[in-house]
Amino acid sequence: MTVLDVKDLSVDFATEAGTLQALRKVSLEVPANRIVGIVGESGCGKSTLINAVLGLLADNGAVTAGQILFEGKSDLVHLDGNGMRALRGQKIATVFQDPMGALNPVLSVGKQMRDIQYRSGLSRKAKDALSVEMLRKVRIPDPERRLAQFPHEFSGGMKQRIAIAMALLMRPSLLIADEPTTALDATLEVAIIELLKELQKQIGCSVLFISHHLGVIAELCDEMIVMYAGEVVERGSTRDIFHNPRHPYTKKLLDCDPARLSRREPRLPTIPGTLPDLRNRPKGCVFQARCEFADDACSTMPPDRAVSASHVARCWHTDETAGAAA
Amino acid sequence: MTTEPLLSVSELRVRFRIGGMMSALAGRRTEIEAVSGVGFTLERGQTLALVGESGSGKTTLARAVDGLQPAAGGSIRFEGRELRDLPKKDWKPLRRKMSMMFQDPVGSLSPRLSVRSLLAEPFAIHGLSGRSLEAEVERLLALVGLPRDFADRYPHQLSGGQARRVGVARAVALDPELIIADEPTAGLDVSIQGEVLNLLNDLRDRMGLSMLIITHNLHVVRQIADRMAVMYLGRFVEEGETEAIFRAPHHPYTAALLSANPEPDPDKVHNRIALSAEVPSLLDRPSGCEFHTRCPFAQAICRTQAPAPSAVGSSRLTCHFPLNGGPSAVEAIAAS
Ligand SMILES: Nc1ncnc2c1ncn2[C@@H]1O[C@H](COP(=O)(O)OP(=O)(O)OP(=O)(O)O)[C@@H](O)[C@H]1O
Ligand SMILES: Nc1ncnc2c1ncn2[C@@H]1O[C@H](COP(=O)(O)OP(=O)(O)OP(=O)(O)O)[C@@H](O)[C@H]1O
Ligand code: SF4
Ligand code: SF4
Ligand SMILES: [Mg+2]
Ligand SMILES: [Mg+2]
Repeated sequence: MTVLDVKDLSVDFATEAGTLQALRKVSLEVPANRIVGIVGESGCGKSTLINAVLGLLADNGAVTAGQILFEGKSDLVHLDGNGMRALRGQKIATVFQDPMGALNPVLSVGKQMRDIQYRSGLSRKAKDALSVEMLRKVRIPDPERRLAQFPHEFSGGMKQRIAIAMALLMRPSLLIADEPTTALDATLEVAIIELLKELQKQIGCSVLFISHHLGVIAELCDEMIVMYAGEVVERGSTRDIFHNPRHPYTKKLLDCDPARLSRREPRLPTIPGTLPDLRNRPKGCVFQARCEFADDACSTMPPDRAVSASHVARCWHTDETAGAAA
Repeated sequence: MTTEPLLSVSELRVRFRIGGMMSALAGRRTEIEAVSGVGFTLERGQTLALVGESGSGKTTLARAVDGLQPAAGGSIRFEGRELRDLPKKDWKPLRRKMSMMFQDPVGSLSPRLSVRSLLAEPFAIHGLSGRSLEAEVERLLALVGLPRDFADRYPHQLSGGQARRVGVARAVALDPELIIADEPTAGLDVSIQGEVLNLLNDLRDRMGLSMLIITHNLHVVRQIADRMAVMYLGRFVEEGETEAIFRAPHHPYTAALLSANPEPDPDKVHNRIALSAEVPSLLDRPSGCEFHTRCPFAQAICRTQAPAPSAVGSSRLTCHFPLNGGPSAVEAIAAS
């Protein structure tokens, strides 16, 4: 079964200088019991995509086309505010880049964790016990005592871990996480990856996971999606993408990872050029201006080429990159 | 020209009260020492990276150095001048020389100011409106790779990485001598991260900029820092040359941290040094070596006696039984 099925989704933002096309015909599937990663250039629309799914687009943003099916039924695009809130409280849990979005600064952590469990019917004491257990799993020291504390009394990474603990207390069918481990040290990051994998199996939920840390994606995700300038340019299994990237952007992105350097370099690799102006998208391929393989064909929109049954790249010249990575 | 280091911190302590009245009445401990006797020096043109456990006191240390958090003990000398307990008015001229980039990129930008105003603000605060502000704004946007029209945007209209770049631009606006940057590249894709790090490296080469960088990204540490310090429970457990530490970490916590680093290869088999899950509380610091509750190499003496600081190669560390081999030795131990 497909838990989340996004079809040809387009999102625009109205700005003073004109309409900004943040997403253009984005399609992706999150199957049941799978962990799907999203990577892509800063500003390429990852957060916009999940905000659209969650009905949390800014006031100047709107879905202009496409469908978002959740558990095969409800089209989230047309769900009203109440319906969306109910879904967010029960079936879809979120962890954001900035943990303060999930935490209320004037309520103690314990109170907030109890509130999350409002549907459980448990006693206050039983809820607190579950909160403590979950805080211990995300390695917050002294959890019993820290329930009484307020968010500002925790470090950045601790707040993030509390947000993760709260999301998991919901036992959701879909967890959407936007850079949840960026503020964590490597040992914790690995612990959270393992915790997510374990809980994902236990609860049987799916996870949609955004990160700029390619190592984390490689270690956690079954499948992945690569976005560029508001489009999905490549998708496939994590192995396909890391070992056999076929879109020129994916290949360049992987090449920029400092994890691939074994010692200090005077200059780090980058992708020359900038993201195209989303108010004035180029005709044809969005990556043209920065692509070494660009030719005349690329000024018409490239097709989604199947490299294999599960591996697709939106490019005219997927052969050019074949065998290019180790 | 002085021979004194640009920044020299010694025996720095920062404490927080927690738990409030009720805990105090109940006779519970209500104070934690989040930074507990930390010392280091930073030479001109040098970059020091602070790494370590989340909650180990990195941000608190940086805030204390920057005068945003009162210190309970120790000293902070910048260009030979003591900064601890410096009156507020004396800080203003210092802010030009010492700029801080905060951990939270969007939250640290005033939501009501456009990017243009945010970038012009440092010049205005320091009465530098003589320069053409518009030209400065354009220069700064170009420096961090943002298109010109971003000057008209407001923080909520930026992606996380774009907000981070505005933060970098603000920090370098006045050509400071020291940048204290809390997670300067978190939330950036690897290409833009590379651009930001190349930019900071250029500024260091061109202007002798010094940097104190806090980051969880160990790949970044390796690419930018001359020296690194590893924090655990508010103290440095190891400090030394970055490359030497990466090649042969001596403190077991450092070794565990470096072994945890996720690699961009789905088939990679990791030889990780596992740490037991319980992170100790600052309210109840472990006896002896404070890492003994989680250290896979702990011996009886570690539970009772705190190790004295020692030097191994170019590193200083606190451990009774330093790991001395290269990565191969660490792997051998991890695998056993
Ligand atoms: N409310 C808004 N009004 C106008 N433009 C916006 C708004 N929100 C986002 N944008 C723009 O839409 C694009 C996509 O932004 P989004 O936040 O989705 O990027 P992202 O992929 O999450 O980036 P990052 O990795 O930096 O978090 C960016 O160019 C951003 O500047
Ligand atoms: N205002 C405060 N009141 C009480 N305790 C605090 C306060 N600020 C920080 N602390 C505590 O001090 C310790 C160190 O926090 P700090 O923010 O310096 O950690 P950090 O190393 O920067 O962590 P991270 O990597 O997660 O950002 C933590 O235990 C934290 O809970
Ligand atoms: S379609 Fe053309 S420009 Fe676009 S990525 Fe492929 S080769 Fe490059
Ligand atoms: S002193 Fe003992 S417990 Fe502490 S780090 Fe060294 S070996 Fe481990
Ligand atoms: Mg984002
Ligand atoms: Mg911090």
